[in-house]
Amino acid sequence: MTTETSKIKIAILSGKGGTGKTLLSVNLASVAPSAHYIDCDIEEPNGHLFFKPENLTEEVVTVKIPQVNPALCNACRQCVEFCRFNALAFIMDRPIVFEEVCHSCGGCSLVCPINAIDEKDKGIGLIQKGQSEQVSVYTGILNIGEATGIPIIKRLLAMEQEEPSPLTIIDSPPGSACNVMESIEDADYCILVAEPTLFGAHNLSMVYDLVTLFKKPFGVVLNKCLEEENPAEKFCEEKKIKILYRIPFDQELGLLNSNAEIAVRKSEKYRALFASLLDIVIQEINHETSSHS
Amino acid sequence: MKIAIPMNEKTLNSSVSAHFGRAPYFLIYDTETKESVFIDNSASASRGGAGIKAAQVILDQQANALITPRLGDNAADVLEAAKIEIYKSVEGSAEDNIDALLNKKLSILSEIHPGLHDHRNK
Ligand code: SF4
Ligand code: SF4
Repeated sequence: MTTETSKIKIAILSGKGGTGKTLLSVNLASVAPSAHYIDCDIEEPNGHLFFKPENLTEEVVTVKIPQVNPALCNACRQCVEFCRFNALAFIMDRPIVFEEVCHSCGGCSLVCPINAIDEKDKGIGLIQKGQSEQVSVYTGILNIGEATGIPIIKRLLAMEQEEPSPLTIIDSPPGSACNVMESIEDADYCILVAEPTLFGAHNLSMVYDLVTLFKKPFGVVLNKCLEEENPAEKFCEEKKIKILYRIPFDQELGLLNSNAEIAVRKSEKYRALFASLLDIVIQEINHETSSHS
Repeated sequence: MKIAIPMNEKTLNSSVSAHFGRAPYFLIYDTETKESVFIDNSASASRGGAGIKAAQVILDQQANALITPRLGDNAADVLEAAKIEIYKSVEGSAEDNIDALLNKKLSILSEIHPGLHDHRNK
C-alpha cells in the first residue's frame, strides 16, 4: 500500500494553546504533496495567518433557535422547565429565549403541547475556504459569545469530505472539552503535542485521557526539547505512550513561527524535519491499520 | 415589597453571598409582614445558564428588589424585563443591607459582568 494515495486524517491536539499545535499542523500539511488543513480551533483560529489562503469563499453556519408565538402560547411553562441549558426564562407570563445560551437541541418546540414554538435560523459563525499552494485551507470562526461551536466543526468536517484529499490535518481546539471530541471523531490518528515542562505533562495527561476514552490510535510529539529532564517524556514512559518525534528547541524555528511563516516553505532543513515526522506518523498509521484488521 | 438576597447561610445576620447564580440560598424578605424565608437556589448546581435560572427563582418568588454584589448580563436581562430593581450590596449582614435599602442608602448596581460562555479549558 502506498501511503500517498490512501486517505488519511490526522488530528493534532494539545491540552492548551501555544504548545506548538498550530506549528505542527501547518508544517505537516505543507510538507505533503497535497493536503487539507482544517482549523477546528474555532475560538481562535490562527492557521490562516500562516497560510494566507487565496480565492477565499465564505459560508455562514446557522443553528435553529426557538421562537415563541405569543398569540398561541398559553403560559404552561413546560418549555422553560424542560430546557436543561436554562436558555428559557419565564417573564411576565411568556417564555423568553436567551439565544446565546441556547444549544439548539430542539427540545422545547417538541415539548410544547400546543406547538407555539417555531424555529428560526441564526448565524453563529463562518467557514472560510481558500488555497495556499498545494494546501486547501478550511477555517472555522465562531462568533464571540456563542454557546457552542460544535455545529461549525461538524460542518467543517462535512465540507472537507466533499473533495477528499490524500492527507487531512485537523488542528483541534485546545483542551479536552466536547468540541475537541467532535474534531477527532473521524480522525484515523491523533498526535498529541506537549512541551517539556510539568504543565506540559499535566496538559498532556488531559488529552491522553480523551484519546484513550475514544480508543483512537495516537502518539506524542515533544516540542521544544532540551537536554534536560522532560516531565512530558516521563509521563509517556510511564504510560507506555509512543513518542513519535522530539522537535528540538530551536530559536530559528521559533522565530519563523512567531513571524507566521511556514518553516517548511522557508528552509530545506525544516522541510526534511517535518517530512521525516510525517513519514513516521504514516508508518504508524499503516502499522495500526494492518495490526487491527 | 419583597427583597431577595443571595446567601451562603440561612441566617439574617450572615453576610451576602459573593455569587448570585451560584449562591446556595436566597433570602426573601417581606417588608410588610417582616417575614424572612430562605429558599434553595435550584440553579446553584446547573452547568450552564445558572444566572438565568437563579433570576427565574427570584422572579417566581415575586420579589420586587434584589440586593447583590455582582450580577451577570443574562440574569440582569431577566430581572430588568421583569422590572425587578437591582441594588449593590454593602459590607455587613443581610439584615444591615435590608436596613440600608429601606433607608435608601443602597445604590443601583451599575456594573454588569458578561456571562461566562467560555467552554474552553485554558
Ligand atoms: S432549543 Fe433546546 S437549548 Fe434551546 S431553548 Fe429550546 S430546549 Fe433550550
Ligand atoms: S410550552 Fe408552549 S405553551 Fe407552554 S409556555 Fe412554552 S411556548 Fe407557551
